[in-house]
Amino acid sequence: MPELTLIVNGDEHVVEASVGTSLATVLREQLGFTGTKIACNEGHCGACTVQIDGATALSCITLAHSVAGEVTTIEGLREHPLIEAFVKADAVQCGFCTPGQVVSAAALVAETPDPTADEIRHRMAGNICRCGTYPRIEEAILHWRG
Amino acid sequence: MARLIRTEKEVEGRFEEVWLVVEEDPLEQWPAGPLTTVGREAVRQDGPARVRGEARYTADVQLPGMLHAAVLRSPHAHARVRGIDLAPALALPGVRAAIGPGEAKGLDEEAGFAGAPVAAVAAESFAQARAALAAIAVDWEPLEVVLDPEQAVAKGLLTMPSAHYERGDYEAALAGADVVLEGTYRTSVVLHNSMETHQSVCEWVGDTLNIYISTQYIWGVRDEVAQELGIPGDKVRVVCEFMGGGFGSKNGADEHTFVAAELAKRTGRPVRCALTRREENTAAGNRNATLQRLTVGARSDGTIVALGGEFVNAVGWSGWSAMTEGPMQMLYACENVRTVRHGAKINTPPMKAFRAPGFVEGTFSLECLIDELAAKLEVDPLELRRRNYADSNDGKPYSSKNLMQCYELAQKHWDRRHEVRARSTDTWKHGVGMASQIWFGGGGPPSYAWTRVTSDGRVTVVTAMQDIGTGTRTAMAQIAAEEIGVPLDRVEVVLGDTARGPYATLSAGSSTTPSVGPAVRAAAADAKRQILEIAAQRHDLEERVLDIVDGVVVSADGNLSTPLESLLGILEDAQILGKGARGPNPTGMSVLTFGIQVVEVAVDVETGEVRVERVAAAHDVGRIVNALGARSQVEGGIIQGIGHTLSEQRLLDPETGGVLTPTLDSYRMPTIADVPEIVCEFVDMPDEHLTNLGSKGLGEPPIVPLAAAVANAIRDATGADVHELPITREEMLRALEAAKRKEKERRGAPAAV
Repeated sequence: MPELTLIVNGDEHVVEASVGTSLATVLREQLGFTGTKIACNEGHCGACTVQIDGATALSCITLAHSVAGEVTTIEGLREHPLIEAFVKADAVQCGFCTPGQVVSAAALVAETPDPTADEIRHRMAGNICRCGTYPRIEEAILHWRG
Repeated sequence: MARLIRTEKEVEGRFEEVWLVVEEDPLEQWPAGPLTTVGREAVRQDGPARVRGEARYTADVQLPGMLHAAVLRSPHAHARVRGIDLAPALALPGVRAAIGPGEAKGLDEEAGFAGAPVAAVAAESFAQARAALAAIAVDWEPLEVVLDPEQAVAKGLLTMPSAHYERGDYEAALAGADVVLEGTYRTSVVLHNSMETHQSVCEWVGDTLNIYISTQYIWGVRDEVAQELGIPGDKVRVVCEFMGGGFGSKNGADEHTFVAAELAKRTGRPVRCALTRREENTAAGNRNATLQRLTVGARSDGTIVALGGEFVNAVGWSGWSAMTEGPMQMLYACENVRTVRHGAKINTPPMKAFRAPGFVEGTFSLECLIDELAAKLEVDPLELRRRNYADSNDGKPYSSKNLMQCYELAQKHWDRRHEVRARSTDTWKHGVGMASQIWFGGGGPPSYAWTRVTSDGRVTVVTAMQDIGTGTRTAMAQIAAEEIGVPLDRVEVVLGDTARGPYATLSAGSSTTPSVGPAVRAAAADAKRQILEIAAQRHDLEERVLDIVDGVVVSADGNLSTPLESLLGILEDAQILGKGARGPNPTGMSVLTFGIQVVEVAVDVETGEVRVERVAAAHDVGRIVNALGARSQVEGGIIQGIGHTLSEQRLLDPETGGVLTPTLDSYRMPTIADVPEIVCEFVDMPDEHLTNLGSKGLGEPPIVPLAAAVANAIRDATGADVHELPITREEMLRALEAAKRKEKERRGAPAAV
C-alpha cells in the first residue's frame, strides 16, 4: 500500500493507506485520533470536521493522500478556550457532534475573533447537532474568550 | 423492609402489570425550589471529556484483532429467500465468516421491508466485508407488498389488535352539541438520526460475551442477548459509558448485536457491526406516519362535550402501535370520548419509539382541532383550554398537576399576539399560536444505587444506568451531593456497565431521573446516616444534632465544625457504603407531565415559506434537578420538533418501498441557522406524591406540543388550517388556497340569523 506523510497537531506521521482511504479513517483507525467522529461518512453533517492549514475540511470525504497541509484535529485544540466555553454554556448533550463543532468554531474565531450571532449561524450551519444544542453553541462561541 | 407488590408499570405510554420488590423509603421530600446543589445550574461532569473528544463511544472501541461486519439487506419490500449461497463471499480476500437467514436473531428468510437484514459477513476491514456482500447470491421469491396503511387495516394486517376506548355516551353528546368540528390530519415518518449510528462490538472471553453497544438500556440488551443465546445473564456484560444519541431508537439489542455476537463466536475474534448512515435511515427505526380523523363537539360557550377519533398508525413491518389517541383521552375534561386505534402492519421499515411516541402525533391533531374550535366559537384559545381543564385523569387523581400555572406563565407570551400580528406585510404574515402538552414521565421501580464514601471525604455513586446525552450523570451527582452535604465536585458517578453496579432503568420514556434519582438519594442518605453515627461516637454527641454542610460536619450549637475528610481520615482504608432503591409510585394516582408552548411564526403567503421566530415553553415536570440541563432539554426538544414540523420527511418509493431519503442532504434536519428565540420556564414544584425527589422526566415533554403550536400560529397569521406534517411549502400553499375558498364561501353565504 502506498505510504503517505501527515502532519497532525504538529507531529509527523508516516502511514500506509490505499489510495481511496479517507483522512478520517487514517486519523481514527491508524493514528488513534478518535476525537474526530464519523456520523454520516459522506460529507453531510460536519462531525468529522478537521482543519487543514487552519481551514475547515470534512475529513470523511477528504482523501488522505490528497492532504498537503498541516492537519489540526480536536486533540490539537484541547487547550483552546472554546473547550471551556462549550462546557460552561452546556453546548453538549450526547457529544458526538461536539468535537466537530469545536473544530469549526475554532476556525471561525481564528478568522473572526468577535463573530456576530449571524456570522456564527452562517459559519456553523454545516455542523449538525441532533440533540439541538444550537442555542448553547451560539452562546459558547459568542463568549468564547470567557 | 422490602415489600412484594403487584403494580402497573409504564414505559413510553405502554402499561403492564408486573411484580415488584420495593423498599420503603422513609425520606421526606426536600422543600420546593432551588436547594444548595439540586435545582441549581450545574455544568455537565462529563462535559470536558465529550467536548475534548476524549469520551470513548462505541464507535471508538477498537479491540485487538477486531473484525468488521457488513449486513446484506433485502432489495425487496416483501420477499422470501428461496436459496442463498454464501460460499463466493467466503472465498474473497479478508473474509473470515459469513452467516445467513436463521443463523443470528434478526436475519430472516422473510424480508418484510426494503432494507431488512438477511445475511452478514465478517472481514478484516469494513471495505472487504462490504465488497463480499456483492458476492452473495440470493434467490428471492417476491411476495405481495402492502405499503398503504388504510389498505392494511382493511385487510386486517395489524401489528396488534385494534384498541377501542369509550367513556360516557359519545353519540348522544355529539348530537346535543351546539357545534361539531371534524378534521383529518396526517403526520409523516421521521427518522431518529442519532449522530452515532446503531452499533455493537462483541467479544467472547471464555464463556462470557462482552458487548460494547450504543444503547439506551444496557440491562435490556443483557437480558435479551442472554435469553436468545441461552446463557446466564451474568455471562453477558454490556458496556455503554458514552453514547451518541438514541431518542428512543436504541432500546433493544437489535440484529447488529446478534450478528456481531455470532460472527465473534465463529471467528474467535472481536467483531464490530456498525450501521452506515444510509442503513440507519433505512432499517434502524422511525417515528411512524399516522392518519387521524378527529371530531369535537362543544357547547357555544366552549365547553367540550364530545371527542372522538379514529387513529391509524402506519407501524411498518415491526414495532408497536403507540397511543396516538392518548392526548384525546387525557388532555381535557370531557365526559364523552370514543377512540379507536389501528396499528397497520405494512412493508415499510420498523417503527421504534421516538421521543413521546404517539403523543407527538396525537397532540398535533387534537390541539389543531381545539384551536379550530376556538376560532369557530371566537373564544380566546387560552381561555378555551382553561375552561376545559381536567381535574382528574378519567377519574384517577393526579399525583400533581400544575398545568394551570403553565397557562399563567404562558399568558404574557400570548399577550404579545397583537404586537406580533402588527408586523405583517402583504407578503409576510405574522401570528401566534399555542398548544398544551400532556405525557407520562413518572418513571418507576426498580432501580438501585450504591454510594461509597472514602476517608478523603469523596463520594462515588455507582449505578448501572446510562447517560445518553441528557445529563443524567450530573443530575445523579447533584442529588448525592445535596443529600450528603458535600460540594458537587466531590461526587463521581460510575455508570454504563452491567458488571459494575446494580440495575437501573432504561434511558427512555423520560424515566431516568425520576426512576434512578430517588435511588441515588436513598443511597446517599444511607451513607450520610453512617457518617453521622461515626461523628456522634467520635465527638460524643447525639446524631440528631449533627449535620454535614458543604463538606463539613457541624453540630447544631456550632461547637463542632470538622471537615468530612478530617472525621473520616482516621478510618484510612475503611469505606462507608450506602445502598438505595427506588420506592413505588403512588397507588391509584396518575403520574403525568404537563406544559404549554406559545409559538410565533412568519408565513410568506406567496411562497409558502414558514419561519418559526420565537417559542416560549412552560413545563411542569415536578422538581427541577439541574436548571442548566433542564433548559438544554427543552431547547433540544423544541429544535427537534421544528424539524419534524417543517422540514423532516422520510420519503418512500411508492413502487419499490425503498427509502428515497437515507442521506443527511436529502433528509433535512434543523441546523443552527433554523433556531428561533427560545424562552424556557418551569413551574418547578415537587410532586409531593412521587418519590423522595418529586421529579418527573423532561426528555420528551418539550417536543410534544411544538407542531400543533406552529400550526395554530400559522392559522393566527393567515387563517389557513394546516392538517399535515411536515408543513412543506406545498402543504402551506394548499392550506392557504383552502382558506381563501372557505372565506369566499363565507362571504357569499347569506348572513347568519
